[in-house]
Amino acid sequence: MKTTRASQLLGLSLAGAFALTACGGQSGGTATTGTDGAAAGGALAGSIVTDGSSTVGPLASAAAELFMDANTGVNITVGTSGTGGGFKKFCAGQTAISNASRPIKEEEIALCKAAGIEYQEVIVANDALTVVANKDNSFLTCLTVEELKKLWEPAATGTVMTWDKVKADFPSEPIKLYGPGTDSGTFDYFTDEINGEEGASRTDYSASEDDNVIVQGVTGDKNALGYFGFTYFEENADKLKALEIDGGQGCVAPSSDAARDGSYAPLSRPLFIYVDKKAWTRPEVKAFVTYFVDNDAAIAEAAKYIPLSEEQKTKAKEEITALG
Amino acid sequence: MTTSTVEPTEQPRRLVAAANGDRDLTSLVFLVLLWGCLAFGIFSLAVLLFNTAMEGAGRLDAQLFTNYTSQLRPESAGARAAIFGSLLVMLTTAALSIPLGVAAASYLEEFASRENKFAQLVELNVQNLAAVPAIIYGMLAAGFAVLIGLPRNTVLAGAIALALLILPVIIVSTREALRAVPREIRQGSLALGASPMQTLLRQTLPAAIPGIATGTILALSRAVGEAAPLLLLGGLVFVRFDPNGLLSGFTTMPIQIFDWAGRPQVAFQELAAAASIVLLGLLLAMNALAIIIRNKFSSQR
Repeated sequence: MKTTRASQLLGLSLAGAFALTACGGQSGGTATTGTDGAAAGGALAGSIVTDGSSTVGPLASAAAELFMDANTGVNITVGTSGTGGGFKKFCAGQTAISNASRPIKEEEIALCKAAGIEYQEVIVANDALTVVANKDNSFLTCLTVEELKKLWEPAATGTVMTWDKVKADFPSEPIKLYGPGTDSGTFDYFTDEINGEEGASRTDYSASEDDNVIVQGVTGDKNALGYFGFTYFEENADKLKALEIDGGQGCVAPSSDAARDGSYAPLSRPLFIYVDKKAWTRPEVKAFVTYFVDNDAAIAEAAKYIPLSEEQKTKAKEEITALG
Repeated sequence: MTTSTVEPTEQPRRLVAAANGDRDLTSLVFLVLLWGCLAFGIFSLAVLLFNTAMEGAGRLDAQLFTNYTSQLRPESAGARAAIFGSLLVMLTTAALSIPLGVAAASYLEEFASRENKFAQLVELNVQNLAAVPAIIYGMLAAGFAVLIGLPRNTVLAGAIALALLILPVIIVSTREALRAVPREIRQGSLALGASPMQTLLRQTLPAAIPGIATGTILALSRAVGEAAPLLLLGGLVFVRFDPNGLLSGFTTMPIQIFDWAGRPQVAFQELAAAASIVLLGLLLAMNALAIIIRNKFSSQR
């Protein structure tokens, strides 16, 4: 009895397995369209898989969309696993391009090396955050990173409520804070650089995913302070005052140039893509990466980032040449 | 009342006592408390629905269904790739999990003896697995995909993660459905000379199908709303083509909503709200289907 039951079960599971493979074959038949398609004629075809930083995500998406508008045969996908998660997949050969908001780390280099993945870093844009205050505010002009930390660290919740708690010679006016919500990449970047831990922030501030709310909040209150991406400040520069930041080298005002040359530290950073040298041999990857650098200004503008400076562009072109 | 104490209808009767009949103070207080809990839940849900509907109403148009996501033109972007992705992943998940789940439940309920150590182990694990956080399944599927050399951000890898996620639910609900089939049906079938396998396939399983379908649809609707395991697998957020097979890259509604909701532009916020309404509609439709099947089944009996 026992053996017959066993064989019957085996039959059942085999039937199940058969049903599965049948199913898989059916829809799998159409799956091969353009996975590694070197086009016969002039039109490019194929798919490019990119993954990595959620900050670079919008930039890569903008580049992909502009590129695909002109090259309809190419499918480009963008994932946002984070810079680290992106490199993990990149070094396993699963992506052609990895988006990064920081240079590759030692252990990631080792990972790629062990897997035999050769790559080239290409700089594509600059990211900067701006700390803003009300135009009528007289005491806020420059803040050090330590003061910003005192203001925004988790321990400040409910305790640092007046400006004299941040710096002794500030008036004892109430602090009103505006910032992006916890879902945003801006929040991650700011908390990482200022509070030393990604996601660690005081919680008693007005959070909004809509930067316009932050702009309105800070314009409406003399003692308010907020932060968001530099490009949004540029659009609202007439309504707000951007604070200078002292990262240890003196006060530096945010500007495209200060972000590009790295002097506006630590709230500015270059953004990179890492290109797999093996994928580079595919014409569609070559065309896309070249397009990315050549049309940098338009792409950066679409994604609200700071485009490359002349120097950076020359560097990016050299990096592309290094790909072969 | 006195003779029918063994019948299962005894239990519910006690609960309705407070509503009609039992009028002492504690019962009434408890009843009010229960109503309060219910009202709180429904009220919160209504506020959430209203908020989302208000925010997303402007973008709940045809473009939401026909256009792909867009970085450059969020005003006319849509969730087409995500809708197709969700549907394909759901179908693949169903194809993977239903045969496996029903087979496992049939074995545990109809064939395995209570003393069988293997069956006991499986049973214990199934019950524990039902309580495991969803993201763990993502890690499991990611590891499995790497092991067999499958790219992680493919429809198949995502479906494997979701199938693992809902497998315990399918097994448990199938077992419940099988248990509800009267013993006499099996005995009658066996007495007429049918083998245990024939009994299962021709009598017990068909009789249990409504229960299995209900449980399975509810499990699938959980899978459709799940983002965490797929994000861990490397869910794509920018896909401008329809998924075209099991090894195709894909995105699903929850991933797309998650990505849009994190963007600073208002247009993306509205898009996220509109897509949430679509996802909600899909889930409600699936749950309604489950209820219809159940009701049809109970009226037939």
